[in-house]
Amino acid sequence: MQAASAQAVLDPEVTEGRTGDGAPAVTLAGAWDIRALEARARMLTARLRLLSTESGRHWDLSRIQRLDHIGALLIWRAWGKRRPGRLALAPEHEVFFSNLDSTADAASVAPFDPLGPVRGLGARMLHTREHLLGMAELIGQILIDSLSLMRRPLRGPWREISASVFRVGTQALGITALVGFLIGVVLSYLSAEQLKAFGANIFIINLLGMGIIRELGPVIAAVLVAGRSGSAITAQLGVMRVTEELDALSVMGIPHTVRLILPKIVALAIAMPLLILWTSGIALIGGAIAASTQLGISVNSFMSGLPAAVPTVNLWLAMGKGIVFGALIALVACHFGLRVQPNTESLGIGTTNSVVTSITAVIIADAIFAVIFSDVGISLS
Amino acid sequence: MNPIIEVTGLWTRFGDHIVHQDLNLTVMPGEVVSLVGGSGSGKTTLMRQILGLEQPTRGTVKVFGIPLHGSNARMVQKIRKRWGVLFQQGALYSALSVFDNIALPLRELRAFDEDFVHDMVMLKLDMVDIERRHALKMPADLSGGMIKRIALARALVLEPELVFLDEPTAGLDPDRSESFVKLIRSLRRKLKLTVVMVTHDLDTLVSLADKIAVLAEQKLIVYGTLKEAIAVEHPFILNFFLGERGLRALSAVGASVKLLSDKN
Ligand SMILES: Nc1ncnc2c1ncn2[C@@H]1O[C@H](COP(=O)(O)OP(=O)(O)OP(=O)(O)O)[C@@H](O)[C@H]1O
Ligand SMILES: [Mg+2]
Repeated sequence: MQAASAQAVLDPEVTEGRTGDGAPAVTLAGAWDIRALEARARMLTARLRLLSTESGRHWDLSRIQRLDHIGALLIWRAWGKRRPGRLALAPEHEVFFSNLDSTADAASVAPFDPLGPVRGLGARMLHTREHLLGMAELIGQILIDSLSLMRRPLRGPWREISASVFRVGTQALGITALVGFLIGVVLSYLSAEQLKAFGANIFIINLLGMGIIRELGPVIAAVLVAGRSGSAITAQLGVMRVTEELDALSVMGIPHTVRLILPKIVALAIAMPLLILWTSGIALIGGAIAASTQLGISVNSFMSGLPAAVPTVNLWLAMGKGIVFGALIALVACHFGLRVQPNTESLGIGTTNSVVTSITAVIIADAIFAVIFSDVGISLS
Repeated sequence: MNPIIEVTGLWTRFGDHIVHQDLNLTVMPGEVVSLVGGSGSGKTTLMRQILGLEQPTRGTVKVFGIPLHGSNARMVQKIRKRWGVLFQQGALYSALSVFDNIALPLRELRAFDEDFVHDMVMLKLDMVDIERRHALKMPADLSGGMIKRIALARALVLEPELVFLDEPTAGLDPDRSESFVKLIRSLRRKLKLTVVMVTHDLDTLVSLADKIAVLAEQKLIVYGTLKEAIAVEHPFILNFFLGERGLRALSAVGASVKLLSDKN
């Protein structure tokens, strides 16, 4: 049978000749299946095309030993998508051609659209608007849900919140500490060089204290969390969309804003300020250690100089930023997660967009903070 | 005639849970073999091992006479072009349209031009009875039955000699499942396919399979025709074929009376 004899690979053969009555003839023999044709499809197509230009030629296909749809299609296309007048075909091969005769017409590839790029640009702008509207809608829904939760606080998703705090907060302690420490060290080294030149060694405390507590700590922690937890949230919601879990929740009458989104926003709003304190603290320790080796300021005196150099209100400002950044990251991540289409590509695009958007949003929010609080906590008493 | 699939002395163990113990299976060209067995008896695992997706603990699996585990990668790659697999969920690539899903294996060969690929895809769509206007749809927009058909078209596009079907009719309504069985049967007759399938559906089994391999107690307790399978006294077989549901399916094809009278 076909499979057993498939070990010996036959070659497709084309021979030209004449029939008994002197008409031109072509005989095809050997194997005309995918495995034989794979390597020489183009060559054979060209050869057969050439042969079929002459009308009235007799085609003898009865000597073909193996045929499949690929071979039949190749021959049939060379004929110009119709059978030649004079054809000899083995009865068992008839089936491959009978399927073909019905495929003569063909049109189902999307037509080219010359206005495509323009249309695309417009669609993108509308898309942005749609995103903003969707985000506003999500915030509104969350507010409504949290109001109704306040009336019945016992039914709140407390378990989910605490699980999320653990995931986005506790499990991020390691990476934020590492990055914070290294940034503290690098910053300290860099500034030490400059400060030494002016003999202003002691200002390293002000520089690092203000810089890290007020700006760098919050932003670094937020960027790390956006990359780490923001992407995870988007991917989780996205996969739940793909596997119809979101729909399953809806039909059970469990609104996913309450079960899935609210806990994430609350958890990040709780965990983010704490993570910021932690990151800033470790960064300051890194900075202090570097300062002690570079400038000879002991870690002890660095720490005791901090309260004088950095007014306490800066800590509150950092915490406030933390709450806003955390909620923002969660909101953006959930928004993109819910908009994932049920296919894998959309999942990838959604996750990327979510991370990029949330980091941008964090930096914009940080700039707004800087403008609003420009005269808070900076003047040294 | 050389066997298409040859499984010898196969053992599978997950931790200390033994799934297969010294299992042997031979499939000859042109046969339609159906694997049946209780839930957890290791049907899916066996099929994945034959496909080279999982490695057995012990034993060899030969497909087209070539050992799957231990041959060089190029040989195995060659085998993979000669079989088609219909996964239980279809496993259509969700990022590609129906057309691109079917065209993918063909394009991968880089042997044919785009026009040829187009005609071939249309031909395969015709073969599985999918209207051409669905060609540009995305898999997420298809019904379960359409997904199965399109996945079958994709499995058949390289003209395989051997086809694996995992639960081909699970999740289809009786009407669709019947037409799917008809489709496979006619394709099988036309293309002289060798088929290995896993199914729980008795109707599918009775109307498609030449041979039935019953997996129980870590091995094949029966490997033969429906008649031979029913003749074996085993709780699983009694339950599966001669339970109420089984008898109904058998009588639907007019087989039960004769078989049962043979048995007594
Ligand atoms: N990767 C794995 N690790 C551990 N155990 C496994 C693994 N894969 C399968 N098993 C076990 O092997 C056994 C056989 O599984 P398999 O999926 O092959 O069953 P099945 O016959 O296909 O069942 P069903 O009809 O329910 O699909 C089961 O007990 C399963 O728990
Ligand atoms: Mg299974």
